[in-house]
Amino acid sequence: MTNFEYAPALESTAILDIASQYGLFINGKFVDPKTAQYFPTINPANEQLISQVAFAGETDVDDAVKAARNAYEKSWSKLSAAERGKYLFRIARILQERAREFAVLETLDNGKPIRESRDVDVPLAAAHFFYHAGWSDKLKYSGLGNDPKPHGVVGQIIPWNFPLLMLAWKVAPALATGNTVVLKPAETTPMTALLFAEVCQQADLPAGVINIVTGDGSTGSFLVNHPDVDKIAFTGSTGVGKAIARAVSGTKKSVTLELGGKAANIVFEDAAIDETVEGIVNGIFFNQGHVCCAGSRLLIQENIQDEVLEKLKRRMASIRVGDPLDKNTDLGAINSAEQLSRITELSASGDLEGAHRWSPQCDLPAAGFWYPPTIFTGVTQAHRIAREEIFGPVLSVLTFRTPQEAIEKANNTPYGLSAGIWSEKGSRILWASQQLRAGVIWANTFNKFDPASPFGGYKESGWGREGGRHGLSAYLKGEK
Amino acid sequence: MIVDGSESSLKSFLSGLPGVDQVGAEARAAMLATRSIKTTSKNWAIDTAISMVDLTTLEGADTPGKIKALCSKAVRPDPTDPSVPSVGAVCVYNDMVNIARTHLDSIGGQYIPVAAVSTAFPSGRASLAVKKQDTQDALDNGAGEIDMVIDRGAFLSGHLGQVFDEIVMIKELCGERAHLKVIFETGELVTYDNVRKASYLAMLAGADFIKTSTGKISPAATAPVVLVMLEAVRDYFGMTGKRIGVKPAGGIRNTKDAIKQLVLVNETAGPEWLNPGLFRIGASALLNDLLMQRMKMRDGYYASPTYVTLD
Repeated sequence: MTNFEYAPALESTAILDIASQYGLFINGKFVDPKTAQYFPTINPANEQLISQVAFAGETDVDDAVKAARNAYEKSWSKLSAAERGKYLFRIARILQERAREFAVLETLDNGKPIRESRDVDVPLAAAHFFYHAGWSDKLKYSGLGNDPKPHGVVGQIIPWNFPLLMLAWKVAPALATGNTVVLKPAETTPMTALLFAEVCQQADLPAGVINIVTGDGSTGSFLVNHPDVDKIAFTGSTGVGKAIARAVSGTKKSVTLELGGKAANIVFEDAAIDETVEGIVNGIFFNQGHVCCAGSRLLIQENIQDEVLEKLKRRMASIRVGDPLDKNTDLGAINSAEQLSRITELSASGDLEGAHRWSPQCDLPAAGFWYPPTIFTGVTQAHRIAREEIFGPVLSVLTFRTPQEAIEKANNTPYGLSAGIWSEKGSRILWASQQLRAGVIWANTFNKFDPASPFGGYKESGWGREGGRHGLSAYLKGEK
Repeated sequence: MIVDGSESSLKSFLSGLPGVDQVGAEARAAMLATRSIKTTSKNWAIDTAISMVDLTTLEGADTPGKIKALCSKAVRPDPTDPSVPSVGAVCVYNDMVNIARTHLDSIGGQYIPVAAVSTAFPSGRASLAVKKQDTQDALDNGAGEIDMVIDRGAFLSGHLGQVFDEIVMIKELCGERAHLKVIFETGELVTYDNVRKASYLAMLAGADFIKTSTGKISPAATAPVVLVMLEAVRDYFGMTGKRIGVKPAGGIRNTKDAIKQLVLVNETAGPEWLNPGLFRIGASALLNDLLMQRMKMRDGYYASPTYVTLD
């Protein structure tokens, strides 16, 4: 060996005890689906079967909602707020104790690198439960009135990009504020939600407080349209979000939506270039770019374009693509064949419309779903890849001449979830952050999350906020 | 010619360098510290690290006996295993250079250079005449490498030209005879912006190596400091086509830390820097930990510390 090639450093899967089949988690127990149907969930890195999970139909969803209603009325709403908080603390601690199990399972089912599930997804999920556990008995100080009340039964539909973390973002505030939950995990990533069901049992959470129904879009639709659900919380695509908004209009249901994005990551000429390059990489290649707030539109001041792109390309050449269970992998597998074809199709439109594609030399595994880290230069506002959410490791690079032009281009999108500003000049950061129409704005960093910090979008990126004091209001009826 | 050596040209070049974002640099270094180096790559890394060690003793209590012991260890770090490479250099005070050189030559270590710390090491507080004489003595006694300290007082008070001129003068003394390593004492420069400026200043003045610290001040060779210096040599190569070496020194005491340094090199400056000609680690206790880990990799169990030799 003459080069420093990192030998495989695989995280073991021996810690997992995966059943061959999983039922629905209703009223504190795993039950067979009334549909009698199961569907496979596979490892996107090698297309091997992980397990078969139950397919919940209309009757199953109805059973879950009934269990949640019953638990809300008979047990959960009767508990003191402090007692409620204790359950959240208990869940948070169990998540920490079983962190390795959750990380490995998340990586298997989702395809994300173990480094990210281990260092980001699972610790943040536990942090969300700890944070909200603390709120449980302090809601009257949340600024939402003297005695804010829960909605009752909440239907929650979560995406496949951060399966456990999105569960935590939804479940923790719902429980802390005294609601009960019917949760529908994403079709391709149900496994950590099912392991979370075991955690609920381990924590002795009263039966029916959390119910988990696996299935596809139709399952989600039964939940959205169920007459006894008081509130819907959804994270996913803008298309589905709009359908949900239409479905609940004219009903008593309240809704929060956390939808797509096409974030501008703006690099000014006075940026700290090396750290900016790290931020660009983190902004678009974190989690294979399967991030609603990904920095997918890079706006570089034209006079430093060459320097930034040269450094970015060199840095991209060091990205390690491969087995997500390898502790040295930076970029894992694309979550599904369907998503891979969407990324492929949108990228092809970039070629067709005259943008210049570049990827570093990298060997992709034969089995599974893979896409190399990719940038397109010479992109303009009129390109599809500058407007549509690719949700993959594909970055569109645009340029600007003046700060005003940067802001105009950044805001020229129907989305408004996040944005990034790179500058060593404090006054420029403050000015730009006031002009940008985006819910989350990062300065000299990107993709940083904290349970105390509200997250959510402007325009077609969503309604409402998750996290922090603002996020509580989505789950409470008070004087808002 | 990037700068003409004048105070104003230095000032304008160095202040035109992009800043270093502290949070971002530390996050990048922390991420690289999570790399998991196992089996064959660990074997390679341990041997490479051994060959990069500048085996150092810089104590008031140094004696000829101590220096000779150090030199023997440098040539054959593990007397029971001839496949262990020799270290990169031995690093001593200037009055010990002759003893080290003579002893190395007499035990088959002609190929191991003696590095002398110089220019009123570690503080750098002496007249220019003394600093030059200090260096001249070391060269006359056979030093193949000069580890000079910069005048941190001059740097921090903005007298960049003075720092530059001193490096140029010492480099002239070294000529073709000796490699010049320039020590910044990053623990006194404090900010990463200063580390970056000092790196370019030294490279422009003719340094062959840039080195973090004397080992007398803490913090010394922290991962983000080394990261910033590796970025500087990488970008300087892009500007000039010339590769400058990097030497972290101080605080690297075990194999894990040494391997983290190699990962930093590999993923920042690139694999071209992964050889003793362009990367050294200034250390003393580190060598024995590398040897212990090497035995562990070979035998499958940890040996008692009595199996590695003192120096």
